[in-house]
Amino acid sequence: MAICTGCSLLCEDIEAAEKDGALTHVKNLCRKGHGHFQAAFTERTVPMIDGEQVDLDRAITKAAEILKSAKSPLLYGWSNSTLEAQAVGIELAEKLGATIDDTSSSCQGILMERILSGKLPTCTLDDVRNYADTSIFWGSDPSSSHPRHLSRFSYYPRGEKRQKSYEEERTCIAVDVRKSATANLCPNYYFQVAPSGDAQFMEAILAVLEGKIPRVGDKKKMIGLGSILKKTEWGVIFAGLGMVYSLQEKMDLFEKLLARLNEITTFKVVPMVGHYNMRGFNELLLEKTGFINRVSFKDGKPAHGPEHSVVAAAKTCDAALIIGSDPFSALPFGTARALAKVPLIAIDPRRSLTTDGAKVVIPSALSGLEAGGTGVRMDGVKIKFEPIMKSDLPTDEQILTRIMEAI
Amino acid sequence: MVGAMEIYMLLPKTNCKKCGLDTCMAFAVGLLGREKKIDECTPLIEEKKYEAKLKKLREVMAPLENASETGLIIHPEKCFGCGNCVVACPVNVAAEPTRCGVGLGPQSDKVILKVEDGIVVCGNLEECRRFGPNKTLCNACTATCPSKAIEFV
Repeated sequence: MAICTGCSLLCEDIEAAEKDGALTHVKNLCRKGHGHFQAAFTERTVPMIDGEQVDLDRAITKAAEILKSAKSPLLYGWSNSTLEAQAVGIELAEKLGATIDDTSSSCQGILMERILSGKLPTCTLDDVRNYADTSIFWGSDPSSSHPRHLSRFSYYPRGEKRQKSYEEERTCIAVDVRKSATANLCPNYYFQVAPSGDAQFMEAILAVLEGKIPRVGDKKKMIGLGSILKKTEWGVIFAGLGMVYSLQEKMDLFEKLLARLNEITTFKVVPMVGHYNMRGFNELLLEKTGFINRVSFKDGKPAHGPEHSVVAAAKTCDAALIIGSDPFSALPFGTARALAKVPLIAIDPRRSLTTDGAKVVIPSALSGLEAGGTGVRMDGVKIKFEPIMKSDLPTDEQILTRIMEAI
Repeated sequence: MVGAMEIYMLLPKTNCKKCGLDTCMAFAVGLLGREKKIDECTPLIEEKKYEAKLKKLREVMAPLENASETGLIIHPEKCFGCGNCVVACPVNVAAEPTRCGVGLGPQSDKVILKVEDGIVVCGNLEECRRFGPNKTLCNACTATCPSKAIEFV
């Protein structure tokens, strides 16, 4: 059995075997995972310095030189690396006195912080399958982002206490700004909110739970939602980026809602993490420094703050190492432009806009397919995986260790 | 998906009984259920005034030719490979209760629906509840599809 690293579900039931350098008849892999694995056969990176192909040793030496001579380097990415590689990365940041940040900084960071510090109650996805009778997809569309989420855990499978599953015992509710593919599966329980209207919607739910008339939305439908929530035995909210971006500093309101729901019944939160090991990095950094992201080791000890986020650090750093991420495509234009001005080192198995713009490109093995390691699923369960294919390419961990040795 | 009424509108509507059925509406239902073929409606084929209707009818019936014995049509370009149908199908669950039943992908070939290379494929159609004369109109796979990639005729 292979493990798919296409998203943070880390599906464990994939049947794949290599035949003549290709993967065919892969069983149980969703379309997203299939695309993720097939991309390993096209557009691979080669070691490059200033756009010219060089050998791997030279690229690694050059990368070490750039990092060594930089005064305030930035190490960014990490969400698509194994736990082992991330541990070496944090060590490297300490050694360099660098700023280290991952994709959660501009993604689910504020939610993850509250979950890892215990402010929001959480559970594993196996608990969801076994006990949950109400699944709320808030600002998330797993049918598109995590295709197997509903079929493996949250709606369709039978569980220990949910033998009748979606037909009788489970309710699926979608709260979103548009009728997503997931909302199509529960048209009766789809609640449309205005863009950035999530806080108002939360207040409306709190009002309904107190027996008051809600101010927003269809009043009858909201009262119906209130009674579903009250009747729930074991509920779970899958908080997606839509909700996190919309709430921002109003995150306390979400805490308040969860506290109120837990007075009535059991309600948990599971963050809909995108990349396969974002949570792993957050947990690892929290353990080592006490912060989940945006850490600077400049003065010897870890400092945390918005000034150390990738968006701010991109403008102040004088060199950057990007690993397993494509900030040129994903981050705001201003940040990408600032990053493009400094010497960049990109470690990536595949070609991206960032590798195209980087000074040094170091190819790495694709984790899950060509490299083994450990990943942390969106709910915090550690999953170990072995490579499916043989590859001569070094893993992220090996590359980072070699860079560290050369500094 | 084409309906019986739409097919009926493209037939001669004379109830001539040449196809062996009493009405053109019954013939339309027969066409939809794939018990009858367009060629069995002889006036439609032979008489020139129905030429346009015949052409249109063949057009609307073309997608149905790809349907399996149970009338299942899979649109691979729309499929997410999410496996909702694999887990929801009662026959799949009965065949592999410890895997399909709890959300995992099937291992054996006894199942009807499975995901291969990111897209759903079907097999063992004689096991489907819609197969044969005593069929029931089960819709577990179509109702759970987020992208309408599975349809029944």
